[in-house]
Amino acid sequence: MPEKVSIRIDGEYVAAHEGQTILEVARAGGKYIPTLCWLEGISSVGACRLCIVEVSGVGRLLPACTTPVQDGMSVTTQSEKLQHYRRIALEFLFAERNHQCAVCVSNNHCELQAMAQRLGVTSVRYPYAFPKLPVDLSHPRYVLDHNRCILCTRCVRVCAEVEGAHVWDVGGRGTRSLIVCDMNRPWGDAVNCTNCGKCVQVCPTGALAEKGFAVEEMVKHDRNITRLAARRGGPA
Amino acid sequence: MKKVRLATVWLDGCSGCHMSLLDMDETILAIAKRVDVVYGPLVDAQEFPKLVDVTIIEGAVSSQDDLEKVRTIRQRSKLVVALGDCAVTANVPGMRNQIPPRKLLERIYVEGADQCRGVPAEGVPALLRQAVPVQEVVKVDLHVPGCPPPAQAIAYVLTELVEGRIPDLKSKVKFG
Ligand code: SF4
Ligand code: SF4
Ligand code: SF4
Ligand code: FES
Repeated sequence: MPEKVSIRIDGEYVAAHEGQTILEVARAGGKYIPTLCWLEGISSVGACRLCIVEVSGVGRLLPACTTPVQDGMSVTTQSEKLQHYRRIALEFLFAERNHQCAVCVSNNHCELQAMAQRLGVTSVRYPYAFPKLPVDLSHPRYVLDHNRCILCTRCVRVCAEVEGAHVWDVGGRGTRSLIVCDMNRPWGDAVNCTNCGKCVQVCPTGALAEKGFAVEEMVKHDRNITRLAARRGGPA
Repeated sequence: MKKVRLATVWLDGCSGCHMSLLDMDETILAIAKRVDVVYGPLVDAQEFPKLVDVTIIEGAVSSQDDLEKVRTIRQRSKLVVALGDCAVTANVPGMRNQIPPRKLLERIYVEGADQCRGVPAEGVPALLRQAVPVQEVVKVDLHVPGCPPPAQAIAYVLTELVEGRIPDLKSKVKFG
């Protein structure tokens, strides 16, 4: 049995056990912490920084999805400061790529768009980068549109951990990072891809979609992936 | 009661935001009583007036003409509202931003034309290198995203503004 610990979340004492993350404990207690890259059933990487929380005695904000609980820890999940930095993290995601929700396959079904509404982001304070990015149409059934990608790496993790195919990786550095297929080849030429569509279903945005869907038509089903992962005994 | 001097401006947008503005049913009557529309596609004024209380801008800043307009607007308006995704994010007009304007115009007016081939040069303002949101050029006091923003959201914004309050939009609107 993992050792029991006690922590405080927003002032309330909650029981937890060693090895759990702050996010797991908070969610189990019915607390909402915004997340984008995290998905129940696959590993956590702390890519999006939406889930940042304050921990007493720690001088910087920590991602709840990757920070393990420690006995006696006191965590704050909602504050002006957190709201401020969560908004900034979200605005960066919009500024870095090309998001035109009105003409996107995922319009009204997108986690990024919904998060902006939830956090009350009505504009982006930074200049947009307007990068020139490709759209990979080479797969017979699916599309990868880098313009909409937030580099959450859910696709990378689900394909490697749940499907066991490991088709995706992140290539490049900094703002030039891109999701790449195999050793950077068109998706249609991937040797391992089983056409399972798991990456499409977990992608929180319109970056991965099925072909043949028009604006607003792409609805994802990431709960199915979470259920499947649970039946197999959780993240690797 | 003193009426609010209201201007509306249509830059690089599809006019959908103005349509949505007109789509607020009887609320528009109540608002009409409280405002003087001093400039915009809905009235005749040719020159942007010297003193305006609220200016609502639809569309991205896309041409030299748009650029001059928003600068004048900012100088002469107490409050500037960016209405709709094109004004807030550049949205669809910004989809040309990866292509240099000259290449874009040639593709459409030379390669893409069967008749009267040639890039129009007279009577049209030069395109800026990129279409940008209004706030990348001048300070914006209020953003109302949406493509178009729903009529109820615009009604709420205007109702608050004529009462002299700044509307708290928070989660009432969304991109797209
Ligand atoms: S991926 Fe989401 S946020 Fe981006 S354009 Fe599509 S709907 Fe909008
Ligand atoms: S379709 Fe399945 S196998 Fe192919 S890349 Fe996506 S998750 Fe991996
Ligand atoms: S393609 Fe989708 S799932 Fe993959 S990193 Fe980009 S946004 Fe995330
Ligand atoms: S959800 Fe924790 S960093 Fe993305």
